[in-house]
Amino acid sequence: MFSSKSFIRTAQGAIIPIIVLILWQTASSLEWISAQLFPPPLTILQSFYEVVVSGELWHHLQISVIRAMSGFVIGGGLGLLFGLIVGLYKRSEQLLDPTIQMLRTVPLLAITPLFILWFGFGELSKILLISMGSFFPMYVNAFLGVRNVDSKLFDVARILEFSRFKQISKVILPGAMPNVLSGVRLSLSASWLCLVVAELMGADKGIGYLIQDARAYMRTDIVFVGICVFAIAGKLTDSFVRLLERKLLAWQDSYRG
Amino acid sequence: MTEAALEIQQLNKIFRSNNQENHVLKNIDFTLKNQEFVSIIGPSGCGKSTLLKIVAGLDTAYEGHVSLNGQKVTGPSKEKGFIFQEHRLFPWATVEGNIAADLSLKDKEVQQRVADMIKLVRLTGFEKAYPKQISGGMSQRVAIARALLRKPDILLLDEPFGALDAFTRNHLQESLLDIWRENKTSMLLVTHDIDEAIFLSNRVIVMDAKPGRIKQIISIDLPFPRNRISPSFQELRTLVINALNHDDQIEDDWSI
Ligand SMILES: Nc1ncnc2c1ncn2[C@@H]1O[C@H](COP(=O)(O)OP(=O)(O)OP(=O)(O)O)[C@@H](O)[C@H]1O
Ligand SMILES: [Mg+2]
Repeated sequence: MFSSKSFIRTAQGAIIPIIVLILWQTASSLEWISAQLFPPPLTILQSFYEVVVSGELWHHLQISVIRAMSGFVIGGGLGLLFGLIVGLYKRSEQLLDPTIQMLRTVPLLAITPLFILWFGFGELSKILLISMGSFFPMYVNAFLGVRNVDSKLFDVARILEFSRFKQISKVILPGAMPNVLSGVRLSLSASWLCLVVAELMGADKGIGYLIQDARAYMRTDIVFVGICVFAIAGKLTDSFVRLLERKLLAWQDSYRG
Repeated sequence: MTEAALEIQQLNKIFRSNNQENHVLKNIDFTLKNQEFVSIIGPSGCGKSTLLKIVAGLDTAYEGHVSLNGQKVTGPSKEKGFIFQEHRLFPWATVEGNIAADLSLKDKEVQQRVADMIKLVRLTGFEKAYPKQISGGMSQRVAIARALLRKPDILLLDEPFGALDAFTRNHLQESLLDIWRENKTSMLLVTHDIDEAIFLSNRVIVMDAKPGRIKQIISIDLPFPRNRISPSFQELRTLVINALNHDDQIEDDWSI
């Protein structure tokens, strides 16, 4: 019963993409559109299969995932830490928040040239860029999460004489969890975005490089393969966060549509 | 049942906000004996919640003397259990997690005490349920269990059953009496409900507003369990209503 319901839901969501794919396939095999610029989906699938089998995709994907994840861990981790601290202590808010908010308004793409000048095209500048991109969404949401904790529950913690540590671990952190998880989601997608930027900017490995390289040789099919890989990676991380939410926020009593 | 548990002497509370003074509590004097059940009833805004918060140690900006078991009240503590009008359970914790609160359920002794409490408030079978999965009355019982687990000397209740339907309210009043008898905790209950006050208490404090002050203290010398429709109950009811109404001000609205 349940699985057939969820099957219907998935099928519903797939209707439009499938129609688009069919139209595309017909259009380019009938040469209504240029097969050079819009290679038919089946060709793209074929190329996908080839790069998977040759191990080329794996080679590039590996390095991309490592970059995105290390950037996310560093940036998201620091964002979480700073967001919680600034949320918890008024003093630190006055000290840190104005600076962080100021930095947040700087467009990331505007400072990439600086990063390249300072750190070159190596891994450092890439990971720094990704860290920076994933820092802010995490910071903002962790901060918001702490500040959204119901002060009435805090009174309860005072009456029951929670230690400072228990106040944080049993009231503030669980209360901030919904926001922290949306921070994780936004921060992860920011890290994928910055990864693309960093790899298109100059790299000799990675999915971004694969795309850039294919473009140079007019292998539009491979460009599409790269795009698909990013899309799949994005979707997978999103599903991962959803799973996390389902596990950690089972207590939440909110409208689910 | 003789020694004083809670002593309040010449308590005054004034809220000051930009050169406005609101004298909320004026010369409050009363003593609650050990294991006594006292209810406070009075018009809305007469300072009942304020009084309870002061006793709980949540508000320490007052004049006068408040002490529990001879110790001056300087802040919140586990000896003073507090039940709010809303249950205020942690939504992310299960029933047993809420009752244990800051204590670890991995501890065998805590587990045992939590289990005893769950039995006491008759919530067996709901140990693993989240607050969203239980009713308002059950939630309020969890809140009571959470307070009782800390073995308070006194339980302070601020209109704990106000938001519940009449049926659930009656049921919880009876549970509260059972708990009181078994745990021998002193009780100080704020309520709007005259029947509730008479049904539960040894004494009913009737307050008046502007400034909030004690108007009359009525002893309820009926044996437990009390019968709400007995003539003696009705007599006391009239007594309390008269005490509440006996005033020149008609605008007093004590019924919410
Ligand atoms: N934090 C506060 N700051 C300023 N004034 C306050 C504050 N809390 C309460 N008051 C004032 O104190 C008075 C008494 O409030 P309180 O909440 O104690 O009334 P109450 O008797 O509990 O009323 P109710 O029956 O409606 O709950 C009110 O006039 C209110 O405006
Ligand atoms: Mg009140």
